[in-house]
Amino acid sequence: MSAIATPLRTSRAWRPAVGQRPARRPRPAVRPGRVMAWVAVTVVIVATVFPFFWMVRTAFTPAAGLIEEAGRLWPTDPTLVNFRRVLGLTSVEESVAAGGTGAAIDFVRYTANSLLYAGSVAVIQTLSCAAAAYAFARLHFRGRDALFGLVLAGLMVPGIFTLLPNFALMRELGLLNTMVGLVAPALLMSPFTIFFLRQFFLSLPTDVEGAAMLDGVGSLGRFWRIALPMSRGPLATMMLITLVGMWKDYLWPLVAGSSPETRVLTVALGVFQQQSPNTAPDWTGLMAGATLSVVPVLLLLVLLGRQLVQSLNFSGGK
Amino acid sequence: MTRAMTVDLSRRSTPAVPRLRRADKWAAAVLLFPALLGFVLFYLYPTVRGVYYSMTDFNLLKDPGFVGAENFRTLVADPQVWTSLRITAVFALGNLVVMLVLALGLAALMQRLRLRTWVRSLLLLPWLVPNVAIALIWGWLLDANVGFLKNLLDSIGIEGVTFYNPDAALWIVVGISVWSGLGYTALLLYAGMLQVPAELYEAAALDGASETRMFFRLTLPLIRPVLALVLVVSLIGSFQVFDLVQVGYGNNPIPEVRVIYYYIYQQAFAFYKMGYASAIAILLVVILGVLTYVQMRLMRANRSDLS
Repeated sequence: MSAIATPLRTSRAWRPAVGQRPARRPRPAVRPGRVMAWVAVTVVIVATVFPFFWMVRTAFTPAAGLIEEAGRLWPTDPTLVNFRRVLGLTSVEESVAAGGTGAAIDFVRYTANSLLYAGSVAVIQTLSCAAAAYAFARLHFRGRDALFGLVLAGLMVPGIFTLLPNFALMRELGLLNTMVGLVAPALLMSPFTIFFLRQFFLSLPTDVEGAAMLDGVGSLGRFWRIALPMSRGPLATMMLITLVGMWKDYLWPLVAGSSPETRVLTVALGVFQQQSPNTAPDWTGLMAGATLSVVPVLLLLVLLGRQLVQSLNFSGGK
Repeated sequence: MTRAMTVDLSRRSTPAVPRLRRADKWAAAVLLFPALLGFVLFYLYPTVRGVYYSMTDFNLLKDPGFVGAENFRTLVADPQVWTSLRITAVFALGNLVVMLVLALGLAALMQRLRLRTWVRSLLLLPWLVPNVAIALIWGWLLDANVGFLKNLLDSIGIEGVTFYNPDAALWIVVGISVWSGLGYTALLLYAGMLQVPAELYEAAALDGASETRMFFRLTLPLIRPVLALVLVVSLIGSFQVFDLVQVGYGNNPIPEVRVIYYYIYQQAFAFYKMGYASAIAILLVVILGVLTYVQMRLMRANRSDLS
């Protein structure tokens, strides 16, 4: 992977030339290839967005309109009742009348749980892994490469293999259905994050650190005062990627923390679905719940879309 | 720098250097401590325990009793293990091939059309949404009675694409998985394509190479490291498909979509056969290890033609 060490910032400089080159020549009015390309991209975008539009549309549809207006792009009589009953703001009778079961999602609480779960792991794991990555990239100690190899081997182990003993461990420690037990396995360590940040540290120019070393700054100081501030970008990238991953996490929170106190949004949505009868699913309610669960993600995309895309460019460019 | 620092760190070098090195050791211990604590407690220790469990009849209720290789003998004779593995392999292969072809195409389009950042971030939307919500959305779109997409497909003559149709279910899960990962994968590949120097394309264009030829002769070989990474990551990910099935098809999914992860989950958390579940998980570890190794060898992943 020699490409990994190439400086990443240069990628932008290469960009314009690729597409702009033909512009110098007089271009024909319509180039069939380009039209086809735009058509293809449009199809992909519509296919990507439409299911989410349909989810929102259904969430605003009264249960009665579900069948009558199955083909309409927007219900004639949009309603908020599905959101209200999913949030538990309606009586059971009203909920049943609207096609529900009376089941509700304590949305605020589960979102808070999700944020706590994803946020704490994203921040702490990234910092803890950054420290280790720096040691692997810059320091010298016996068994370093063997240790790094061992850590990397963790990448290939499917999650469920360690999930089973981790579950047993949390059970023995009485930490099932506690936030501590929930975050513990991922809190300090991720082989991928260590791998990624080590690659970054290896690509950092060493002259600043070298100068600091000559000035008598120790290894810890060089990590804390030089390497960390110089890697804000990759650290933010890793935090964001981890945040998204933990936000979507389902299996571990399902087995280790499905009680209401620690239930995260994904588990709550699954539970809500399982309360809905299989023969006649409460689609309007389910879509209202799904919509609510997508709102935080949409906010993230609107606020950080640019950074997200660029950070992927960054991680993929390696 | 690291190299220069250590080239002659033998015991006989100047006194200053060994002191630095000792400082290094302590600093390394401090820096590594948190991550290694996590590694030992939640990776290494459970690995040892998982291997031990696989040789016991552990069921969460009583202490594990040693049974030797019995779990593995049961496993070999258990048709559901092999059925689940076959289903998972079909899913993984379908997911990998379809996703890769589409993502390469999309990435090439991104490169050529120079899509704006907000358009690219739109393509990232499904990657941000939990599989749980995605399973629900698609379950509804393909609902047998009033599913919008199902009706649409019916009207153009493609029938039977309903969520619970046993013949279609596995391919539907493949489709959903591709749909949700496409934008993300394409962006990763696109990022790899950005690293290819523009001069190469200019030179190729001067030589009269077509776009197609440039793609296959230039782009594809030069993004091999990213391609290899994406392949390995998606392969390992594909073998772990679970959420889509468990939420989409409920706690008792139709047999056609009982993937290996679901089977392990069921053995462990529905039947409390922790020992047996661990044995199947070990089989999965071995399979993934072999597949990853073969893939890395085939792709010669650690070498790029660039640079």
